[in-house]
Amino acid sequence: MARFAARRLLGMLLVLVAVTVIVFVIFNVIPSSDPAARIAGQRGATDPQLIANINREWGFDESLPVQYWRMMEKVFGGDLISYTTRQSVDEQIWEGVPATFSLCIGAAVIWLSLGVLFGYLSAVRAGGLTDRALTILALVGISMPVFWLAAIFLYYLTFKVELFPSGSYVPLTQNPLDWAYHLVLPWLTLAVIFVGFYSRVLRSNMLDAMHEDYVRTARAKGLSDRQVRTRHVLRNSLIPIVTLFGLDFGVVIGGGAILTESIFNLQGVGQYAAEAIENLDLPPIMAVTMFAAFFIVLFNALVDIAYAWLDPRIRLGGSAR
Amino acid sequence: MSEALLAVRDLRVEFVTEGGPLRAVDGVSFDLSPGEVLAIVGESGSGKSVTAQTILGLTRSPNARIEGTASLRGEELLAASEAELRKVRGDRIAMVFQDPLTSLNPVRRVGDQIVEAIRAHRERIGRGEARGLTVEMLDSVGIPQPERRIDDYPHELSGGMRQRAMIAMALALDPEVLIADEPTTALDVTIQAQILDLLRRLNRERDLATVLISHDLGVVAEIADRVLVMYAGRVVEEGALDEIFYDPQHPYTWGLLGSLTRLDRERPERLPQIRGAPPSLLDLPAGCAFRPRCPHAFGRCTELPALETRGGETAGHRDRCWLTPGEKRESRAVGGRIALEEAR
Amino acid sequence: MASPPNAESRPRGGSPWGLALRRLRRNRIALGSLGLFVLIVAFALAAPLWADRVAHTGPNATHTLERISVDGERRDVVSPDGTPIGPVWLGAGGRFFLGADGRLGRDEMVRLMYGGRTSLFVSLVAALITTLLAVSLGLLAGYFRGATDAVISRLLDVIWAFPVLLLGIALGTALAVGGLQIGPLSLSSGSIWIPILIIGFVYTPYMARPIRGEVLVLREKEFVEAAVAQGAGPLRVMLGELLPNLWSTIIVFFTLNIANNMLLESALSFLGAGVQPPNSSWGTMISTGIGLIYSAPLLTIIPGTMILLTVLSLNVFGDGLRDALDPRSRVRLEAHAGSFEPEERSA
Repeated sequence: MARFAARRLLGMLLVLVAVTVIVFVIFNVIPSSDPAARIAGQRGATDPQLIANINREWGFDESLPVQYWRMMEKVFGGDLISYTTRQSVDEQIWEGVPATFSLCIGAAVIWLSLGVLFGYLSAVRAGGLTDRALTILALVGISMPVFWLAAIFLYYLTFKVELFPSGSYVPLTQNPLDWAYHLVLPWLTLAVIFVGFYSRVLRSNMLDAMHEDYVRTARAKGLSDRQVRTRHVLRNSLIPIVTLFGLDFGVVIGGGAILTESIFNLQGVGQYAAEAIENLDLPPIMAVTMFAAFFIVLFNALVDIAYAWLDPRIRLGGSAR
Repeated sequence: MSEALLAVRDLRVEFVTEGGPLRAVDGVSFDLSPGEVLAIVGESGSGKSVTAQTILGLTRSPNARIEGTASLRGEELLAASEAELRKVRGDRIAMVFQDPLTSLNPVRRVGDQIVEAIRAHRERIGRGEARGLTVEMLDSVGIPQPERRIDDYPHELSGGMRQRAMIAMALALDPEVLIADEPTTALDVTIQAQILDLLRRLNRERDLATVLISHDLGVVAEIADRVLVMYAGRVVEEGALDEIFYDPQHPYTWGLLGSLTRLDRERPERLPQIRGAPPSLLDLPAGCAFRPRCPHAFGRCTELPALETRGGETAGHRDRCWLTPGEKRESRAVGGRIALEEAR
Repeated sequence: MASPPNAESRPRGGSPWGLALRRLRRNRIALGSLGLFVLIVAFALAAPLWADRVAHTGPNATHTLERISVDGERRDVVSPDGTPIGPVWLGAGGRFFLGADGRLGRDEMVRLMYGGRTSLFVSLVAALITTLLAVSLGLLAGYFRGATDAVISRLLDVIWAFPVLLLGIALGTALAVGGLQIGPLSLSSGSIWIPILIIGFVYTPYMARPIRGEVLVLREKEFVEAAVAQGAGPLRVMLGELLPNLWSTIIVFFTLNIANNMLLESALSFLGAGVQPPNSSWGTMISTGIGLIYSAPLLTIIPGTMILLTVLSLNVFGDGLRDALDPRSRVRLEAHAGSFEPEERSA
């Protein structure tokens, strides 16, 4: 097990290096415009001295490997500055982390619990009215643009009927109740998409599992339907859900929350990136992309390790003899 | 018969499918006496597994139609409620399935699954006691170091060990009947012999009535007392083991016997098989279902023969074939052995 | 219901495609969804017709200071405080059917139709690109294995490491400033081909990996061995033996991919990293609409609903396709509570 984990983490490091290269390629190699002008953003148009400075600092007049190294220095050295806003990118990201994490973790708790609940009900009452209704809900959930749902919530539940505050983030340490109150709508927005998807996946896994031989054995042993469903069907069906969750959570933190944060004005990392996009301000986008990818790669590795731990066939290197 | 432990009368199981009604089991009857080993033999699609599963109520579903009776010591099973059947399953009638690798939950320990079976029926037994019982059971089926194996996962055991564990689980509650559905099919030949030995030992030591289902008459010859031969959902011949092997009355049985290769005989030029394929259960021929593949078919075969004693010496030896006893004796002798003649 | 073991000995109705088509035809919900999608496409294609004959205006033509006659009454297209006129429906002969889109006073209905054209065009073409890339890479990696597979798989893994949205944003913003120039190919920063290429590229691993997986399985089958034994070269095996067996997977993924593309395009365009002005799509329309969410909510709700309907119809149809092509998955849908279907394997 430990060897497996070590190998996996090593592989992760390699992928992370590859990620840094890709980010470099995306931002500095592929585009054909002048790199310094790109990085300077809007200010570059009126300030030729700035362009010269950037050229020097980022090494654009030198070879690609040097450029790569300079970029890494800036991003990881905390030295990255947005020339448009004149603020340190790293500081801005750090400030936005609590909001982003609050949003993502809360939404994740909701979507996981509801997803599993609905998926279980759908599978158990397969073909019935509950199942059909939940399937429709799930399909609609995964078909709608997140930002559109956010806008609808905003309009109907904060404006037409002033049920919830219209946005902004209240730190947990300041006032827990208020913190939650401001996050309810964003949580629901983000969760709706995933609840639908997860309930379908669990439903599908459970229905598959119900046809497995070991379920037949469980019934032949005299277990009640409910015991069979929870101890065998659900138990086995949850394993892939755990891995799926790990991946999705990484994606959500990494970028899925951008749209929700922007609409509800939560001032998290995602919104920071969204504002940078609007201004075509590249340094923040570089940094956010890099960190998001890092987070996902890390999560992927953790998920692989968790899966190995949960499924003894993988953990014990089981070769069916 | 009041001595019969398990009495099945006229069992019929029909499924509603996309292609129409499918008669998987068509009027099967048999008795199982205490301590007896009854073998049910047939190809895939013959209905043997469905018969067994239906007795335990495992085939109940909205698109299944089940008729007939199956009673355990006089208690009716087919019409019993789910709750009543649950008490029977595992506790009074236990079942072992074909592939122990897929028939055991791969992510749970073997011991846990046996303990679960025990505690499902004996609520008063605590975990510790159940574990102790489990270790005993694993030992009694011949698994070495049972106190270590109990915490293994199914894939950590060899095929033979897994099947022994399945048998241990089935016997943990000391049932009256054991149904073994193709218990050796997924195993190596050498392991097959071990498992059959185990089943025979358990049958003798515990006086355990056993229903052994197989497609292989050779496997059955080791331990069966009586044999039921099934084809296309019907019993086409039944009798004591010796009667079936030395005085078979039905052409299908001849075919099965003929396809057994034996070490003490000359190697045949071609591996003998029964020509043709089993019929689609959606579209059975009228009369005797074996007719299209039978080289001895004649006019009367379009009428379904009843299961009766015709050429057999005892009343328990019955078959479904219109041929006269004399014709049967002649037809089944092919090159000095019993087989189904290949061509007309 | 598990199919009886011997039904295959008397097959009805020929080829697997014919069977699949018949199964699909029986699935009325899937057909209805397909119909909805076709309707939406028709709606988008009718844009020039509507713009010319009914609305008498283009998608970018502004009417800020105009007044129109609605049911006899004269009204401002854009009121003095900046509020655009709401849906007029047929009150002005079809003009401003859905109202105006903000201070610029553009006809929302016309924009909706033209925006749909853009969104659908981008999604469809990107899906074609993804399919082409995914099938090629999947075939190459799965057939040749070894080093080829290692390289392609690592590449796909690394692309897959980025959340789709973030990758799209990164590429979108990087290319929005200055455009793209690869050899002879030169695209200006506002070209619609930039989002198309980005979206097509970003989703490639999503489809390539399953295809590679299937190729790995298929190549072990006898018909491939037979073809190789007959002297067929790699190209002929890949195109002649493997590809025909991949069609059902490809078709299902393609359909679902169009749906994913729609969502990604709208998200990117909403943020400003997708379709750039003067082009507009449903995503950009929502972006403008959000600014007026409290005074004119329909400007946000309507384009979003169009996206929802399009994606939903594709998802439902894609599901139906998958069921028609792999009937065993349909068995799951019809399982009934607590009643576990009998296994007919060793009946």
